[in-house]
Amino acid sequence: MPIDKIFKDDASEEKGERARMASFIGAMAVADLVKSTLGPKGMDKILQSTGRGHSVTVTNDGATILKSLHIDNPAAKVLVDISKVQDDEVGDGTTSVVVLAGELLREAEKLVTSKIHPMTIIAGYRMAAECAREALLKRVMDNKENAEKFRSDLMKIAMTTLCSKILSQDKEHFAEMAVDAIFRLKGSTNLESIQIIKKPGGSLRDSFLDEGFILDKKIGIGQPKRIENAKILVANTAMDTDKVKIYGARVRVDSMTKVAEIEGAEKEKMKDKVNKILAHGINCFVNRQLIYNFPEELFADAGVLAIEHADFEGIERLGLVTGGEIASTFDNPESVKLGHCKLIEEIMIGEDKLIHFSGVAMGQACSIVLRGASHHVLDEAERSLHDALCVLSQTVNDSRVLLGGGWPEMVMAKEVDELARKTAGKKSHAIEAFSRALVAIPTTIADNAGLDSAELVAQLRAKHHNEGCNAGIDVISGAVGDMEERGIYEAFKVKQAVLLSATEAAEMILRVDEIITCAPRRREDRM
Amino acid sequence: MALAFDEFGRPFIILREQDQKTRLRGIDAQKANIAAGKAVARILRSSLGPKGMDKMLQGPDGDVTITNDGATILEQMDVDNQIAKLMVELSRSQDYEIGDGTTGVVVMAGALLEQAERQLDRGIHPIRIAEGYEMASRVAVEHLERISQKFEFDVNNYEPLVQTCMTTLSSKIVNRCKRRLAEIAVKAVLAVADLERRDVNLDLIKVEGKVGGNLEDTELIYGILVDKDMSHPQMPKQIEDAHIAILTCPFEPPKPKTKHKVDIDTVQKFETLRKQEQQYFDEMVQKCKDVGATLVICQWGFDDEANHLLMHRNLPAVRWVGGVELELIAIATGGRIVPRFQELTPEKLGKAGMVREKSFGTTKERMLYIEHCANSKAVTIFIRGGNKMMIEETKRSIHDALCVARNLIRNKSIVYGGGAAEIACSLAVDAAADKYPGVEQYAIRAFAEALDSVPMALAENSGLQPIETLSAVKSQQLKENIPFYGIDCNDVGTNDMREQNVFETLIGKQQQILLATQVVKMILKIDDVISNSEY
Repeated sequence: MPIDKIFKDDASEEKGERARMASFIGAMAVADLVKSTLGPKGMDKILQSTGRGHSVTVTNDGATILKSLHIDNPAAKVLVDISKVQDDEVGDGTTSVVVLAGELLREAEKLVTSKIHPMTIIAGYRMAAECAREALLKRVMDNKENAEKFRSDLMKIAMTTLCSKILSQDKEHFAEMAVDAIFRLKGSTNLESIQIIKKPGGSLRDSFLDEGFILDKKIGIGQPKRIENAKILVANTAMDTDKVKIYGARVRVDSMTKVAEIEGAEKEKMKDKVNKILAHGINCFVNRQLIYNFPEELFADAGVLAIEHADFEGIERLGLVTGGEIASTFDNPESVKLGHCKLIEEIMIGEDKLIHFSGVAMGQACSIVLRGASHHVLDEAERSLHDALCVLSQTVNDSRVLLGGGWPEMVMAKEVDELARKTAGKKSHAIEAFSRALVAIPTTIADNAGLDSAELVAQLRAKHHNEGCNAGIDVISGAVGDMEERGIYEAFKVKQAVLLSATEAAEMILRVDEIITCAPRRREDRM
Repeated sequence: MALAFDEFGRPFIILREQDQKTRLRGIDAQKANIAAGKAVARILRSSLGPKGMDKMLQGPDGDVTITNDGATILEQMDVDNQIAKLMVELSRSQDYEIGDGTTGVVVMAGALLEQAERQLDRGIHPIRIAEGYEMASRVAVEHLERISQKFEFDVNNYEPLVQTCMTTLSSKIVNRCKRRLAEIAVKAVLAVADLERRDVNLDLIKVEGKVGGNLEDTELIYGILVDKDMSHPQMPKQIEDAHIAILTCPFEPPKPKTKHKVDIDTVQKFETLRKQEQQYFDEMVQKCKDVGATLVICQWGFDDEANHLLMHRNLPAVRWVGGVELELIAIATGGRIVPRFQELTPEKLGKAGMVREKSFGTTKERMLYIEHCANSKAVTIFIRGGNKMMIEETKRSIHDALCVARNLIRNKSIVYGGGAAEIACSLAVDAAADKYPGVEQYAIRAFAEALDSVPMALAENSGLQPIETLSAVKSQQLKENIPFYGIDCNDVGTNDMREQNVFETLIGKQQQILLATQVVKMILKIDDVISNSEY
């Protein structure tokens, strides 16, 4: 008697070859989707959200594209996941990792059809990945000792990262900005202290790095617009009606006069608070929460600049840059650390007024003001700049760099090929396939630039036959060129992460021989 | 369906709404049940062993799990058939009891059912089959006891433990760095083990995972890891020689449990209340400071004012720490959980050599390490990996390895893996069969056949010729009378499991056979299935 039902309704099961096909195809489809965005001449994608307003994003950042996709294929989800992790961990190479994993699976599919067991392929891939990593390690350059050279390395890395993005026109400008910003951090990877402010209007070239701190807020009415030698108190406290926090307290009165009295007391309380704050001897007060009109007026009377409703990050950054502590009680004015800065003034960017803190005590933080034609451009510019900053901050910690433009892939492919020749057994097919998958990356870069990829990659391969060759694909001139001369550099950490996570993901998908899909959870319709 | 009629020709209604139920009886019921059980076993069969494949499971919310852990697969499979559910339970109970061998037990049960079906076709009564199985399982368990070996290890020489854990891990996706993970698991278990009482409280080992980095970065922390950061961004990020106050009361004004109201009707009262409130915050912080705490860990939130006061008095604090973590911290640091500020005393503080905050990657994720605790009986295994699924799978693998190490500490006996134990049992059961008079003899032989199916599946998954390999190993065992020959899954070139260092725990194996037999007996005894027909 046949078993018709082991699973619940709507649950499905796919086995063996079919399951493998389903996951291969899903993964390859995702890889193909982002493939055309790879490299300096990669194309962008428009993403339209299904939410209200159908907002539109234009991007060629792999992680952003994949994040916004609604995917049903489980294998494809694995790829989306690795891209996301790549973004979190190193910030760049989000497209490469997906393309490489896709290529690895494409090669694996061919091997599976020629009756090689997936486990053998995995064993081969592992050996190949290890060998490729070794090959990269042999060729890394480290200029940490030489500060000037290191800076130029960073410049080149930033330019390489940016050249595939919308900022490629002004990549030098932006690369300089990014490198300057990173050097201010002095080795920490805390990108929070770099603030990016987007203001539509002007052109991308008008973007600038400001050494001070810019707060996107307005100064209260009637308060000074410019303060020199400012003493700043950064606070997180209620400046509306200071509630009584003791539980269950409430006001119960029996006559109008009492109401007035209580109101007076409340006002008095607020006044007290303001006086206490003023006792710190400050001339600028920044609060995270609202400031009502009454205390604002009091501040204005005292000639203190009061800024309300600065967001939490703004407060934290401000605390960081000015060296003040974030205060919530004001009883001990002598021991609270105040923030200092040379000059606070209101500046105009485009049509908006912003508050600018310059000459701050701690030089770590800085602001980057992005200008551009539209919100979409700005959003994309922010993402690109964020990528560049991430890569740079990681490189500052791990200063090993590699050449770019398909050079690392060719180096790895060569070593892996040699390993394949030395290895006995079926694994060598898999190792060979790994090297083919690696070569697919320069091929894609060339294809996307509209070049003759077959020709270029063949040339590249021939060049790489010589030890110590620096050849890579120069997309701008459309020929094979010396990457060191062209100044195309990449961070070792990014490449290594791409290699390892792509292999890991491919392995994971290869190991699957059955897909069981549960019935989708029923959602109650709230009509 | 057989119906009984009364003298007027009306049927007796035995079941309520009889016509809406489907009913299977007798041999049909047994056949249907066996088929269902086999179907479940078939799904897991390909996951067995070091070369077993994984399953991809898509949950009801579209989340993806990739695993080859039998218990996890079955649990997430969304099974609807009653017998299939029994198999799921079977795997789960193996998981609870032993923690490893969850795939093996289901494959074993499937094989027993398959054999039972054949005996049924011969016309043997299911009860006789069940009894035969029972006898056979007893023989097998005894034989296992005989061939098992004692394992000598102590805190300094834990190599044998590592080897056993490696056998467990080799079937998982993490086998790339199984050596490292096995060492971590063993060290963790040894750190918390009570070798005197031979007991291990696995609750003291916390397994934490964070996406990013790679598997090689996985580390064992002799202390606690809390996925939280300091409550105020400007508090110090590193505290040496911390005295920790562990609180379960919020830094907020008190909330008496009885209902009450505080009525304010005069300005004076308003003023006093205000003063009271300020004083209250001040007292709370002062109390912590007075007892000498240098770090406050609290289960609840802080009011902004309290937060600033803490910061101001240079008292770092962590808020919203979960109950389980709080307990672990208390155990590790030797502190007491204090429910009220009034009860804080210096003795109740926990001590840790080093507390530090560490941030990861480009996002702002931070974690708090509490290390060099006074009582290092709590450890954390911190897993890093390429993606979420990898981490989840690693967690499951580590859990298995931990269980194996624990079982070994409880009972030092081991048997050899790679199907060697099953083959040896199969030979023993087969030999014992002839001694039993009666129909059970056939069932006992069937049991021996079923035992063969585990090594058979191993060979099949490893790409070997199953029948050829199995018969070769079997004859080798018989000829040399050594129960250590198994299937050479990794293509090492020898099938002596002593050389390959493939061990499994004795209790794990025994439990597998006993549990599988019990479930099969239960399934065989069912002769009537009444279920609501659909719709």
